[in-house]
Formats: sequence, structure tokens, C-alpha cells
Amino acid sequence: MSLLVVDRISLSFNAVKALTDVGFDVARHEICALVGPNGAGKSSLLNVLCGVYRPERGRVVFDGEVRPFMRPREAAREGIGRTFQSLAIFKGMTVLENVLTGRNLAFTSTWFELALGVGRARREESAQRDEAERVLEFLDLQRYRHAVASTLAYGLQKRVDLARALASRPKLLLLDEPMAGMTADEKREMSRFVLAVNRDYGTTVLLIEHDMSVVMNLSDHVVVLDYGRKVGDGPPDAVRSDPEVLRAYLGTKRRVA
Amino acid sequence: MSYFLETLVGGLLAGTMYSMVAIGFVLIYKASGVFNFAQGSMTLFAALTFVCLKERGLSVGLSFVATALTMVLVGLLIERLLLRRLVNRSPVTLFMATLGLSYIVEGVAQAIWGADVHGLDLGIEDTPMPLPFGIRVSRFDLWAAGAAGALVVALSLFANRTRIGLSLRAVADDPLAAVSLGVRLPVIWRTVWSLAGFVGLVAGLFWGSRSGVQFSLTLVVLKAMPVLIIGGFDSIVGAIVAGLIVGASEKLAEVYVGAAIGAGLENWFPYAMAVGFLLLRPSGLLGGKAIVRV
Repeated sequence: MSLLVVDRISLSFNAVKALTDVGFDVARHEICALVGPNGAGKSSLLNVLCGVYRPERGRVVFDGEVRPFMRPREAAREGIGRTFQSLAIFKGMTVLENVLTGRNLAFTSTWFELALGVGRARREESAQRDEAERVLEFLDLQRYRHAVASTLAYGLQKRVDLARALASRPKLLLLDEPMAGMTADEKREMSRFVLAVNRDYGTTVLLIEHDMSVVMNLSDHVVVLDYGRKVGDGPPDAVRSDPEVLRAYLGTKRRVA
Repeated sequence: MSYFLETLVGGLLAGTMYSMVAIGFVLIYKASGVFNFAQGSMTLFAALTFVCLKERGLSVGLSFVATALTMVLVGLLIERLLLRRLVNRSPVTLFMATLGLSYIVEGVAQAIWGADVHGLDLGIEDTPMPLPFGIRVSRFDLWAAGAAGALVVALSLFANRTRIGLSLRAVADDPLAAVSLGVRLPVIWRTVWSLAGFVGLVAGLFWGSRSGVQFSLTLVVLKAMPVLIIGGFDSIVGAIVAGLIVGASEKLAEVYVGAAIGAGLENWFPYAMAVGFLLLRPSGLLGGKAIVRV
């Protein structure tokens, strides 16, 4: 069964149609890439999935539950984590604190208990810290745990964003251009981490990426959007040679909508 | 020289009273982007509640705790009845709402406790006390500075050592990212409004005991303005530093330039300085630059 079914989603901002009847499935444990030219609606779709936008039509089926739309907290609680295109890590916090915020939903003790510092709250506090440390280790960030996030190099900040999202142990990880603006080395490194997350944590990944070589190496499944419509959907090799996709992506000839 | 030092130290200490008021604004502004005009009337409400409880025979400690709890309740009510319904409205709408709120809080305070002027005696004498280097400063100012310092330490412990403090910093840094991690904004708003109510209580005690607990106390909101503009609306440290700057410079200006320009310089000097800052450094000394996401 698919983990995520995007079912004929339409979204528009005033008169501008951002998404028109977009539908596809994301299988459990796969890495699915969402590609398309700028303005194709990729980020809008991600924002629908994590509850920032409410679609006009269509529905989202996540982990067997049918929803006309997601609410942000609901998405987080159901196991959808995300990273951001423009760096949205908490710049004033240390790396460890950033990752701890990702454990936010895992806390069960009330803050009355926390204020009193009773046993259960203390045990939980240290359990969350251990979990955060495991994520840091997994993404090779232990060295920077006490560094303030804004002082790190760009590539590392992107990795902190990934660590924070991963800390909540999501079923589905939405990565919005995780490699944008990176050097080739940094991209290779990030690809390695995304693959490791997918393999070791079993996390299903839906990512937006422009670099086609990265997409081809990383993904099991590619969905192509153009002008808010789906124009391609399948395994990377099949999609790459699809004439419709080539037209949309390389802009050889614009269709008149 | 020692006269200069005395004026400077006295001004710095008096400035912490401005910082106290400004901190209440910064808390709410950081966490929700709302400029809370009602901070002044919350300060009045707290001071009035405290003094009236005390006059009815409660001990100082008990009055303090009861007033603190009342301010938490006020914060919860404001979130429930007002903020929750105004999510995603423009900053001007929110500002106008707090302007209205300011008069409502004032009116409720009057309805409950009456409109009399109350004297407030914290048991601290406003008498000069000798310090090293032959300077003498007011004992009261020293206490106020100590209270402001304790307030900042308590707030920073809360922000750095507690889970809700961590969420609060997350929301202040990037609300969208915080929400995507499951942080509940209403909980954060309730928390900062309660905290701001508590800050209002501490400020209200000192301002009230210096100038009497009366309706003009709501005007401390105007005193905090230059401090906020100079320090930056979203920085606690900025509020402290700017409070000290305003306190010291208005005293020094009054003493050394006042004679040449005329009395009352103290009253408008901070505002002139704030206007200068708006022209030269609009985000304040320590405020974050406004970044518009595209």
C-alpha cells in the first residue's frame, strides 16, 4: 500500500492556478523526486502536504487516512517532517537545541511535571537528549553540537535542517531543494545522507531537486510537474526519455494551455 | 568628576526602570510580532491589584503571588478572546486591537478596584546611599536595578532551560519551521502574554511605588517607546542596553545641557534620540533586520 496518495489536488492563489488535478502515489520506503521548472508548483504541493496551504479540490491520503487537507500540527503528529528551501533552521540556537526542537512532539510529561522536575520529567528529558544525540551522530554533526547554528557553513546548516526534521522520526520526509546552492562535494555528501536516512531509518522521502544527475542517482520514482500539472510519473529512466517531459523540462516547445 | 559619576550611575540605575517596561513589549513582539500597546495598562492593572490586595490586609508575599496568578489569568483570557481570533491579520489590525485592549484593561481595573490614587510602599527608602568613589545613589534605584537584573536572569533561565522556553525561541526565530515541528502557537502566545503580565507586575511595583499607583501609570508605555526604538523591538538585551542609555543620557543632558536649552529637556531628550536612531539605524542597536521572504 502507498504511504501517500496525492489525489487530484488543485490549488490556486486568486486567479493564478498553482496546481491543477495533480495526482500520484508515493510508495512506502521509496525516494520520490518532484521535478519541474521554476513555478511548476512543486513547493506549493509540498506546502499542501504539510498543511501550510489548503487545496481547493482533491484530497490527501496519508498512511491510510483520507483527508481533504492537512493541518500543520496534524501533519507533524502523523509523521510528516520537512526541511525548507530557504534556510529555516533556528539561527540563534545551538545545533543540539535545533535538533531537540524536532523532539518537541515526543515529550509526554506535562510542563507542570517539568517545572517540578519530578522523576518522570527528568528521565524523559534525558531520553530526548539521547535521541537527539543519536541523530547528530548519524548525520555526523556531533562535533558541532554546541555551535550556534548561524555560525556554520551553508552546507552544514542544510544538514542541521535535515537533522531537525529527522529527529521527530517522521514516516515521510519532505525535502524542499536540500541541495540548492551547494558545491558538487556538498551535494554528494548530502545525497549520501539522504540515502542513509532512507535505508537505515526506513524513512520515505519526497524531495524537490533541480539537479537531474542527483535526481537520477537518488530516486526510485520521479514525478514531473509543469505549469501546475503532472506531465510525467515513473521510474527515473523512463521519465528521462519521455518526450512530454523533455518538452516541459527543456522548454523545446511550450504547449498552449 | 564625582558629580559626573554620580549623575551617570544614578541615570543608569533609573534606566533599568525603563528596561523593565520594555522587556514586556519585547517578549510579546518576539513571539508573535504584535506591538502590545496594552503593556502599560497591564502594568497598571498589576500594580493596582497588588496594592489593593495589600490594603485589604494580605501580606506582601501573598499579594505578590495572587497578583502574579491574576496576570497569568489575564494573559490567558487575552489569548483566548482576542489573539486567537486575529491570527494572520495585518500588524496594523493587531496593533489597533491592543490599543482597544489597553482601554478595556484600564476600564476593568477601574471597575474592580476603583479610581483612587494609591500610595505603594515596598519598604525600600528612596534615600541616598554611599557607594565607592564618593558617589551616592538612591537605595530605591539600586533595588530596582537588582529586580530588573533578577527578572532578566529568570527569563533567560526559562528560555534556555525549559522545553517551552525552547519552543518559544523556535517560534521567535522562525514560526513556520516551529509549526512544522508541531509547536502549538496558542500555547506560546498564552505563555508570553502571561510572562509579559508578570513583567508588568514587577515594573508596576517599582513605578507605582515611585509615582503612586494611578491611571497615569499606563503612560509608562510611552516611556518605553524610545527604549524600544533604540534597543530594537525584538531584543531583550537591546531593551536593557537602551534602558541604560536612555536613563543615563537624559540625566546627563538635563544636568549639563539643560541650563542652556531650558528646563524639561529630560522629558523630550529620549524621543529626540529615538528619532535620530530611526533615521540612522531603524532596526535599533540589537534588533534583527526585517527580512522579507520572496
